[in-house]
Amino acid sequence: MPRKPRLAVFKFASCDGCQLSLLDAEDELLAICDRVEIAHFAEASSDLQPGPYDVALVEGSITTHEDAERIKRVRADSKFLMTIGACATAGGIQSLRNWGQIDEWVQSVYPSPDFIRTLATSTAIADHVLVDFALHGCPINHHQLVDILVALAEGRQPRVPSHSVCLDCKHRGTVCHVVARGIPCLGPVTQSGCGAICPAYDRGCYGCFGPSQPANTASLVSQFQSQGHSTEKLVPLLRSFNAAAPEFHHASEKLVILGTSSEGRRS
Amino acid sequence: MSVPLSPRFFAKSQLQLLIDELRHRSYSVVGPTVDQEAIVYGDIQSIEQLPRGWTDEQSPGLYRLKRRDDDAWFGFVVGPHSWKKYLFPPKTTLLSAEKIESGWQFIPRSADKTKFALLGVRACELAAMRIQDQVFLNGPYQDPLYRERRKQLFVIAVNCTQAASTCFCTSMKTGPRCEKGYDLALTEIDSGFLCEVGSERGKEVLDAFVSLARRASEGSSVDSNSTVDNVSTYEAYDATPEQLKSADYARQQAVDQITKHMETSDLPGLLLSNLDHPRWKEVGERCLSCTNCTMVCPTCFCSSVTEVRDLNMDRVERERTWDSCFNPDFSYLGGSLVRNDTASRYRQWLTHKLDGWHAQFGTSGCVGCGRCITWCPVGIDITEEVAAIREGTSP
Repeated sequence: MPRKPRLAVFKFASCDGCQLSLLDAEDELLAICDRVEIAHFAEASSDLQPGPYDVALVEGSITTHEDAERIKRVRADSKFLMTIGACATAGGIQSLRNWGQIDEWVQSVYPSPDFIRTLATSTAIADHVLVDFALHGCPINHHQLVDILVALAEGRQPRVPSHSVCLDCKHRGTVCHVVARGIPCLGPVTQSGCGAICPAYDRGCYGCFGPSQPANTASLVSQFQSQGHSTEKLVPLLRSFNAAAPEFHHASEKLVILGTSSEGRRS
Repeated sequence: MSVPLSPRFFAKSQLQLLIDELRHRSYSVVGPTVDQEAIVYGDIQSIEQLPRGWTDEQSPGLYRLKRRDDDAWFGFVVGPHSWKKYLFPPKTTLLSAEKIESGWQFIPRSADKTKFALLGVRACELAAMRIQDQVFLNGPYQDPLYRERRKQLFVIAVNCTQAASTCFCTSMKTGPRCEKGYDLALTEIDSGFLCEVGSERGKEVLDAFVSLARRASEGSSVDSNSTVDNVSTYEAYDATPEQLKSADYARQQAVDQITKHMETSDLPGLLLSNLDHPRWKEVGERCLSCTNCTMVCPTCFCSSVTEVRDLNMDRVERERTWDSCFNPDFSYLGGSLVRNDTASRYRQWLTHKLDGWHAQFGTSGCVGCGRCITWCPVGIDITEEVAAIREGTSP
């Protein structure tokens, strides 16, 4: 029998929720342990073994100089590096700092700002090192994670659906919120993975799983605007867990720029 | 079949007896009901669940559930659901396999015993079923689940008495009058329903229903004055000339309200001979590739089949789910995406639906129900796209 792949889990700037998804996979966890050797997983065990690793799961974004260096070492130690969750894949909710003044924030939040050393931005892992596979979601779907781990253990190329949430809504029989209620829902530009939960409970999609393939945010945003939704409402919608994902980032930037210029014209 | 009988008339509340009769015959009755701020299709046990007094307003990318100013029972058109979900379910397990000592044991799906009675099927939807029959039953391979359910299906059609701005069944010659493909067909007028019979099975159910109605009428006449009016409340009888005229008038309203048109004289042919038309790129910029149009379409039939195995690799299930030519992964072939931009996916959908479908199935794939127009989140209108392609074409 071939050697079991060595698995490592690393945390960067994040809430730990995606790592917990692996621990939450209670029914499958023992079967996973039969197939992979968990060599480094601080959330689960203090027995942290050194690399090299066959598979590294990386949670969290890069927000400090130290982490910008550490991710390079993780990359060097890992054959296959996979980001798990919105923080690692797109910079996370903390990428809102990319639009702020980091010095002012540090001054106002911390009693002793001198102790804080941080980058002005929160960036995705792929902005720093080569990423072999990105698993979307805030948090990730643990069924997808388990499927991918099994695929890797078997030497198969992992695949997850990249289509929009709409397809899942239709499978469930959920009526479209954009069309029937005029609710700005990110479902048409958001990747499947959650099972279309929010629309099934009378809310528009928040875009937790990041941009779908393709994510035509320009067309969807212009439709929202023609339905009367304001820039003040649409920018925060696009700037949440995946604010810095390129398709969402560009759409919110465009709204802000056009909003500012139209105010300029009015004055 | 020796059809039937001039239309019968019965009072609206009698519809409950028809539902009861069908349920008595082990049908699951499904029909329109209000849910999620729309008129959707769901289980119907009581006439109270029907969208009485409700209507819908529809335009490209917009649907609103509205109160009517009258009490019409079927005063709306088609909504976000189509009947295909009952014959071709969104998710089905086709078979499973279990590991045994000598290899794998395949376990076929057990025969489907579900008998559906569809209440409120419109003319365009009858046409859609005929098209899906072509796809699932009349080719070299039949779909067993579709076949089982279709064979047992009981269809109560309802003639439209109004149209939405998105309707264009008259262009596609599929409506609004229900002409074939039903067991019973209703037309709603103020005082009740006119009921036409379309099959032997329909006649049998109607006869049973009429005797039920008669018994109900006799039972109730004990404590009533037995006036002609009272009898008419309970019994089903041959429609009077006035009632026939009212029904004609009601149906004509739907025809008169249709404003949308799709020219079909050069279909098939137009689209497949314009594969490089600049309009494809233009619509590709508006299209979200979100799959909504194909999911709400009553004839779209694409699906994906996935082997889902448990972690121990002891059991595997073969699952079929609705899929869409707008899902990029749907064109994943030989390690890459064959249609890797939205323009090419939109072109694939439209050329297939309106053009290629003719050669493949001997019919257009479009019935003019307008669902793809209403339920497109950005309101792309199939009739406008066809017109735009025609416009930029030298004759």
